[in-house]
Amino acid sequence: MTTAALNSTSAPAVLPRTGGMRGALSDILWRRPQLLLLLMLLPPVLWLGIVYIGSLFALLLQSFFSIDEFSGLINREFTLKTYGDLLQAANLDIILRTVTMAALVTLASAIIAFPIAYYAARYARGRWKALFYLGVMLPLWSSYLVKIYAWKLILAKEGILTWLLGKLNLLWLLDGWLSLPIVGGNSLSVSFTGTFIVFVYVWLPFMILPVQAALERVPGNLVEASSDLGASPGQTFRNVLFPLALPGIVAGSIFTFSLTLGDYIIPQIIGTSRLFIGQAVYSQQGTAGNIPLAAAFTVVPIVIMGFYLWGAKRMGAFDAL
Amino acid sequence: MISAVSFKQVSRHFGSVRAVDAVDLDIVPGEFFAMLGPSGSGKTTCLRLIAGFEQPTAGSISIFGERAEGVPPYRRNVNTVFQDYALFPHLNVLDNVAYGLMVKGVGKTERQKAAEEALSLVRLPGYGARRPGQLSGGQRQRVALARALVNQPKVLLLDEPLGALDLKLRENMQEELKSLQKALGITFVFVTHDQGEAMSMADRVAVFNDGRIMQVGTPEEIYQRPKTRFVADFVGSSNVLPPDFVQRYSGQHRWGSLRPESIRVTRAAKGDGVAARLVGTNYLGATTRLALDADGLRLHAVVPAGVALPVEGETVMLTFNRESLHLMDEPA
Repeated sequence: MTTAALNSTSAPAVLPRTGGMRGALSDILWRRPQLLLLLMLLPPVLWLGIVYIGSLFALLLQSFFSIDEFSGLINREFTLKTYGDLLQAANLDIILRTVTMAALVTLASAIIAFPIAYYAARYARGRWKALFYLGVMLPLWSSYLVKIYAWKLILAKEGILTWLLGKLNLLWLLDGWLSLPIVGGNSLSVSFTGTFIVFVYVWLPFMILPVQAALERVPGNLVEASSDLGASPGQTFRNVLFPLALPGIVAGSIFTFSLTLGDYIIPQIIGTSRLFIGQAVYSQQGTAGNIPLAAAFTVVPIVIMGFYLWGAKRMGAFDAL
Repeated sequence: MISAVSFKQVSRHFGSVRAVDAVDLDIVPGEFFAMLGPSGSGKTTCLRLIAGFEQPTAGSISIFGERAEGVPPYRRNVNTVFQDYALFPHLNVLDNVAYGLMVKGVGKTERQKAAEEALSLVRLPGYGARRPGQLSGGQRQRVALARALVNQPKVLLLDEPLGALDLKLRENMQEELKSLQKALGITFVFVTHDQGEAMSMADRVAVFNDGRIMQVGTPEEIYQRPKTRFVADFVGSSNVLPPDFVQRYSGQHRWGSLRPESIRVTRAAKGDGVAARLVGTNYLGATTRLALDADGLRLHAVVPAGVALPVEGETVMLTFNRESLHLMDEPA
């Protein structure tokens, strides 16, 4: 019976022809995969190449112009005067402050993110894993401004943190910290410590996710092999887990570092009146109308990130990719 | 004499699954011991219990007389060759091999010298600078072996180490592992689901099924005198004969086993023996395996190459010596 069915005349043709435009089009694309690739890549390449890189380049160009201090007009002649202005002590202060903050935020994010990512990658399964993703992603869904204002309330002198520490009789700890130079202030919400806390909170998911992805790719038997060969858990961490998670940490740090370098809203709402690079750019191109200096300021994070990536590559952070 | 590894009523349960169920086991120092069984039979869990990756739910484990429960893997002088080798991808071959010595604090020149020697032992001298990713499967296997041996373990555990290799390479590695074990005198415990591998390499074999050990013995004992139907079937695909059949030939109402090579096949429609119909042939090179149907009982026979074969559907007579019919312990 089966053979009869197989031999029946209604069997489909060996090479059936499809008719119509759609069939012809998909056949052409199948025969020329490069054409398909071109069609898919053209829009993003145009966007990135012209709109994004182009405007970045225009910005870079602006930084080689200068402003006429009397008339406030931009002098469109090539000069390095603006970069000279950038190196004034006040501006260097801004750069140093921002880079230090970005470095500290990155370090703290990495330290906090690692155990969370490790748990998610190695232990969380099913429901707990879903909860992990929800916990990490949910804050990203709510408005950034709402979160920052919420933190302003939390960190304020009359805020819940002060109240909680008061209840725990730990207010002396907070007061002691706030009386320190640089990191201290009237309250957490007007100190660099507050700025730091909020930066870490806001950028933490960008560190957790890549580290978790990197750890997920580490086969569990490498940890077992290390232990089998006599390595204590600490040695396994230093010699196996950390080096293999490093590409993830570097990827995460690119986010936390560059986002902190460029942010101008968090330090404006929470922190002291001293400027960060983002705020400097904002005020130079806005109120001050000094577009060349604003452009020169934006070049700073680009150069720093360039060196950062170069250094990371030199350290072999991308070898395991 | 102290056993290299001793299990006393060891169980390891995962929830309701009894991966290892009240196993007693003694491995003699210096022997090549194979744990054979289908997947999920508990053999790998037993290996992991020896390595320390698992802790027993009940029972006690001792390694060279020392109690091992609660001792973490990194404080056991036991090393493992993992199924997929588990080489560290970020370290070169030499650093992989030297890893165990490095974490024990052996100086750089000394540990690199030892690693180089271990690489020579597995016939990979001068491969130290390569990355694991640049090696073939067989080479990775050797590096994994060198990485374990460099620590001079009391017991070397091998978890299906030849599973990923192709046939030719596997046969070479079998011989090499065996001569290496003889030369070093280290106790080898080898997990495999391949009965041929277990038979050809091991001094003794434990056959696992459903978390229990069915039989322990030399390959010959296991092959010639299986105790249960499972062992007879799993080791060498013996013909398992039901009690009623066995009674006709031995007078005892017990399960029996008969090796396929013990059956003689004659192309005669009548005569002494069991009449059976040929239902299939399987060409194996040196021999041909015949599938036969003896009145509903499925039997296999092996005939050497060059003998004229009956055609499918033909009725043949099967004869065998009384001595080759083995009676099993398993109750009828």
